Amino acid sequence: MKSCLIVDDSKVIRMVARKILHELNFSTQEAEDGQQALDLCRKQMPDAVLLDWNMPIMNGIDFLRGLRKLPGGDHPVVVFCTTENDIDHIQEAITAGANEYIMKPFDSEILQAKFSQVGLL
Amino acid sequence: MRAEDFDLIAKILKERSGLIVTADKSYLLESRLTPVARRRGMKGLDDLLGSLRAASEDLLREITEAMTTNESFFFRDIKPFELFRTAALPQMLQARAAKKSFRIWSAACSSGQEAYSLAMILKEEAARLAGWKIEIVGTDISAEMLEKAKAGLYSQFEVQRGLPIQLLVKYFKKNNEMWQIDPSIRAMVQYRDFNLLGDPKSLGQFDIVFCRNVLIYFDQPTKARVLDAISRNMPDDGLLYLGGAETVLGISDRFRPVPDQRGVYAVNRGGNGAPAAGVASLFSGGR
Ligand SMILES: C[S@@+](CC[C@H](N)C(=O)[O-])C[C@H]1O[C@@H](n2cnc3c(N)ncnc32)[C@H](O)[C@@H]1O
Repeated sequence: MKSCLIVDDSKVIRMVARKILHELNFSTQEAEDGQQALDLCRKQMPDAVLLDWNMPIMNGIDFLRGLRKLPGGDHPVVVFCTTENDIDHIQEAITAGANEYIMKPFDSEILQAKFSQVGLL
Repeated sequence: MRAEDFDLIAKILKERSGLIVTADKSYLLESRLTPVARRRGMKGLDDLLGSLRAASEDLLREITEAMTTNESFFFRDIKPFELFRTAALPQMLQARAAKKSFRIWSAACSSGQEAYSLAMILKEEAARLAGWKIEIVGTDISAEMLEKAKAGLYSQFEVQRGLPIQLLVKYFKKNNEMWQIDPSIRAMVQYRDFNLLGDPKSLGQFDIVFCRNVLIYFDQPTKARVLDAISRNMPDDGLLYLGGAETVLGISDRFRPVPDQRGVYAVNRGGNGAPAAGVASLFSGGR
């Protein structure tokens, strides 16, 4: 079973994502901000990270840059999932090492499509 | 709905587009034709069906188009597009090395995602294709879908189904809430109005044909007829790509499956002896 870390400050979004990911047979962990997520990754690298952009304490892009510097930090497939939907943000995410990018609102179909595109399914 | 009205609309749809509507799918008539009726100032489906016997060509066309299912997405099912890039493309580059050109047909292209997916693949391979002239032609029966395909404007939802993010960034621009495909990609595809029940001769010969997720709506004889017409419009080494739920097996011996390439079929001129023909004759009995 593959593991996915859900990073989002919205409890509702985390719940929706968790439900979809469980249906897709992922085990999940959750973090409310980038810092919590980095701490969890230091303990154990997930196979995938579903990552919000705007969060308190540490945002998604700073988390991603931090993650890619950790030992084993290039293992997780990182899929952004954010309301930021302009080319500049997407470009910045790719440059920082994101593998895919979901523009909110999303549904299970989009998440599934994106996860299979990056070989997680 | 009166039985005779149902029979008439079913007959009209089958004749005009090949679409088979069975009684258990009659709710589709309700949901797709009620808006047509309303646009014409009628109360609902029953009025529309009642007017069929005196219907103008215009109305019949509108009804036929309204009944099409136009769902499509970029790189649908992925695999066929990978096979196109890794198998068909090298094969064509070798086989057409002398004339340096070949033609691709997205038959039943809907809103253009299939044709544009192929165009993006070619664009990504541009280095190997320098000096080549590769035409992509997209055809559909729906004028509305062809307009949409030509415009190359897609919603956020549409660009998130199957399109890798790197290609979105590279080949699309955001235009308010929509995403506009790059003019260089748009220029690689020509769109034409074409009914698959007709003779494709005027479109010219195609080396590679994507005819995906449209045969499913037809009955066996119509599928056979369409496959036959497509094969006559292809060279001996042509390749056909069908949708995930479609096959030629048991329907037509004009094509045979390409081993290890799911959904890909090669033109079969021999008839007997080839594996496809052998299997086909098992199923098709009276052909
Ligand atoms: C489900 S879409 C498939 C689009 C695309 N090939 C794909 O696989 O994503 C089916 C398309 O077939 C078109 N169609 C249905 N009957 C047709 C006919 N007789 N001739 C040409 N196009 C037809 C419809 O208008 C619709 O756009």
